[in-house]
Amino acid sequence: MTDLFTTIVSSPVAKRVGVPQPTRLRRYEPGLPLCEGPVLVAGGGRFAEGIASWLARAGVATVSTAADAEGKIGAVVLDLSAAADPGELDQLRLLGAPAVKALKRNGRVVVIGTDPATLTDVAEVTTQRALEGAVRSLGKELRAGATANLVLAQGDAPDGVRSAVEFFLSGRSAYVDGQVVRVDESTSGEVDALRPLEGKVAVVTGAARGIGAEIATVLARDGATVVAVDVPAAGDALARVANEVKGTALQLDVTSDDAGRRIVEHATARHGGLDIVVHNAGITRDKLFVNMDDARWRSVMDVNLRSVLRMNDAILGEGGLADGGRIVCVASIAGIAGNRGQTNYGASKAGVIGLVTALSRQVADRGITVNAVAPGFIETEMTARIPFATREIGRRMNSLQQGGQPKDVAETIAWFVQPGAAAVTGQVVRVCGQSLLGA
Amino acid sequence: MASQSAQRTAPRAPRRVAIVGGNRIPFARSNGPYAKASNQDMLTAAVDGLVARHGLAGERLGEVVAGAVLKHSRDFNLTRETVLGTRLDPTTPAYDIQQACGTGLEAAILVANKIALGQVDAGIAGGVDSASDAPIAVSEGLRRTLLAANRARSAGERAKALAGLRPAHLVPAIPENVEPRTGLSMGEHMALTAAQWGITREAQDELAAASHQHLAAAYERGFFDYLVTPYLGVSRDTNLRPDSSVEKLSTLKPAFGKGDGATMTAGNSTPLTDGASAVLLASEEWAAEHRLTPLAWFVDAETAAVDYVHGHEGLLMAPAYAVPRLLARNGLTLQDFDFYEIHEAFAATVLTTLKAWEDPDFCRERLGLEAPLGSIDRSRLNVNGSSLAAGHPFAATGGRIVASLAKQLKEAGGGRGLISICAAGGQGVVAILEA
Repeated sequence: MTDLFTTIVSSPVAKRVGVPQPTRLRRYEPGLPLCEGPVLVAGGGRFAEGIASWLARAGVATVSTAADAEGKIGAVVLDLSAAADPGELDQLRLLGAPAVKALKRNGRVVVIGTDPATLTDVAEVTTQRALEGAVRSLGKELRAGATANLVLAQGDAPDGVRSAVEFFLSGRSAYVDGQVVRVDESTSGEVDALRPLEGKVAVVTGAARGIGAEIATVLARDGATVVAVDVPAAGDALARVANEVKGTALQLDVTSDDAGRRIVEHATARHGGLDIVVHNAGITRDKLFVNMDDARWRSVMDVNLRSVLRMNDAILGEGGLADGGRIVCVASIAGIAGNRGQTNYGASKAGVIGLVTALSRQVADRGITVNAVAPGFIETEMTARIPFATREIGRRMNSLQQGGQPKDVAETIAWFVQPGAAAVTGQVVRVCGQSLLGA
Repeated sequence: MASQSAQRTAPRAPRRVAIVGGNRIPFARSNGPYAKASNQDMLTAAVDGLVARHGLAGERLGEVVAGAVLKHSRDFNLTRETVLGTRLDPTTPAYDIQQACGTGLEAAILVANKIALGQVDAGIAGGVDSASDAPIAVSEGLRRTLLAANRARSAGERAKALAGLRPAHLVPAIPENVEPRTGLSMGEHMALTAAQWGITREAQDELAAASHQHLAAAYERGFFDYLVTPYLGVSRDTNLRPDSSVEKLSTLKPAFGKGDGATMTAGNSTPLTDGASAVLLASEEWAAEHRLTPLAWFVDAETAAVDYVHGHEGLLMAPAYAVPRLLARNGLTLQDFDFYEIHEAFAATVLTTLKAWEDPDFCRERLGLEAPLGSIDRSRLNVNGSSLAAGHPFAATGGRIVASLAKQLKEAGGGRGLISICAAGGQGVVAILEA
């Protein structure tokens, strides 16, 4: 997806004359260390000790002060979940600043807090809410591929916190920056780090190309059996993806009335069950609001939103998604920030966020989680067609100063659907490099 | 030497053979979108699509059998080379066959028989043809001259051999749709048979229009979502004319036959077509182990040939002979079927065959039957369209029909179907499927 402009601005000559060069992001590969050490774990909250011992078990060196590191630091985990008074926010600076100063390339800052929604004391809520502003600002200051994210615990259970911290430390979150994830008290236990999705059956819609194809690839890499779904007209590309991931191809139009039933039938008949559904299929039909015609409006609503609602009825019905299953929707930064010419698309993607919020509560008692990713500027065939100037702005206007890869979206989804992420539900994680849009 | 106690192994009882699924690329009129695709390219796409639908990537199958009618000499091992380019396990054996337009169905018979005998558990039967990427050979004169030069032992002998070259030798040999023993094209042969049986232009055009309408309706209801994978940007058969009608077809000029009595047009004859198809067959056990639900069962098959050179029988009449033999062996009558798939080489072929089965004289004198086979319920004929609409890439037609009929039987919740395919050389291949 390299155009002439990109070739020029990333050339050695451009580098010499001072054109800012984006850092090559550290991305997840099975078998590589979780992150570069040493990791500073500090803050005195209720999770710090558990995180430190888990990191040690994972073979990552930890230190409790920046000075102990005697050099560069790979990541910083600050547990301020116990901070109850704004005065205690000092810790963030006192513990964190020396470490951030020593942060390596592609470093990580992960702050752990307590979800203000679970608190009542005004000073406590104030303090915990303050963390978000600090983390988001720090994300904008970090350079060289480093990111800052916040994990908010809704209770004392450590599993969800650990899963989120692991995601943010790892290369899976390469393009996730300035995000807040809430984790509940669900427990999950140990999972196979190399093949966390072993034995799971995953359905991915819109899997023939782009982000969908990458989701299929990443889920299969993590051990899932993948059913790749796309419209019959994309059948040849779909067949290639299905064969590549050694899954099966299912040609169907997600807007057809029986799409959900056919997905369930295929997954259960052919693979013995259904554990994961990724609603990735989506279209854009851009037009300024006043010129928007019926067909453009309706087709976008139908594919991006109504089909998901319809399919979920069958997927969550009798004999459908297993208890403990996972549903992931693909929202968009346009659903958060809005986008000129995309009233239809923006509506559909904001709708998806509403769907995730409401549905996650409805199916919580079955152990099913429902989450969404909201991609920002991702380098795909679709974004390659955006006019030059708009594309360059989209690419650069984020804290990581580059576009993301389809793999970045896929990795976030692959985390959502892990057994270990049982405590993560109703969340919308932006995969946008902390884009300035909608921030 | 084997010990005396070694006893002859008893033959195993035959097994039921399941048609598990099918996949084809859309068929395209020749010199169109697939003009630059080779037989191997198209067959690979058809097989890979089948592999994707059924989750067979990396799977070793018992065998893959396929063929092409128009074949380059370099493609001597077409099917094996295809397998090596697909996502199947490369240790899957393969071989080529060729029985003209019967190739695809004959391939299915061969795979089915091996499965029935327990020699393989699962296999793919396929076929492909390109009328666009056709093999063009050097002329016979040039070929002989070059071979002579190759045999020469000295420069002098070589020069002498090459001196035999004549300008006429440079005209290439292009494959022709002509029966070698009569010099007549298949259409000309059919025109003779059609005239002999008094098949009217109207009846042919009606059959052609119905074929287009049925195929279009099948696409509309999503029937082919299970059977077709797009290729090179084509997602439906390019020959399909959903708005075809008897009125439109009646305006076409005759293409075969002579004079006022000529009834066969480009509209009621199949065009030259490019395409490929593949069918997955398996034993019940294999299908169950792979969590695949059979669409239908491959019950039995029969082939026949007629002496169209000296025997005064029509070139494409062999299925008329094969079907009664198949019916007799299975204790069935022609009316015991829920669906009939009679390959529309020409509309006249189907109509002649049906008329022959209704004709007491033909059935008595040619087939040796006391009573005619009788007529069929025409509403059960080619219900999802056939070759007049889909086109006819010779060796790929059998796979198209087997998969479509199996799917139709499954969709109908059970039943029995008859397949009848005529082939060049005066041959016919027929089969029974049940679900």
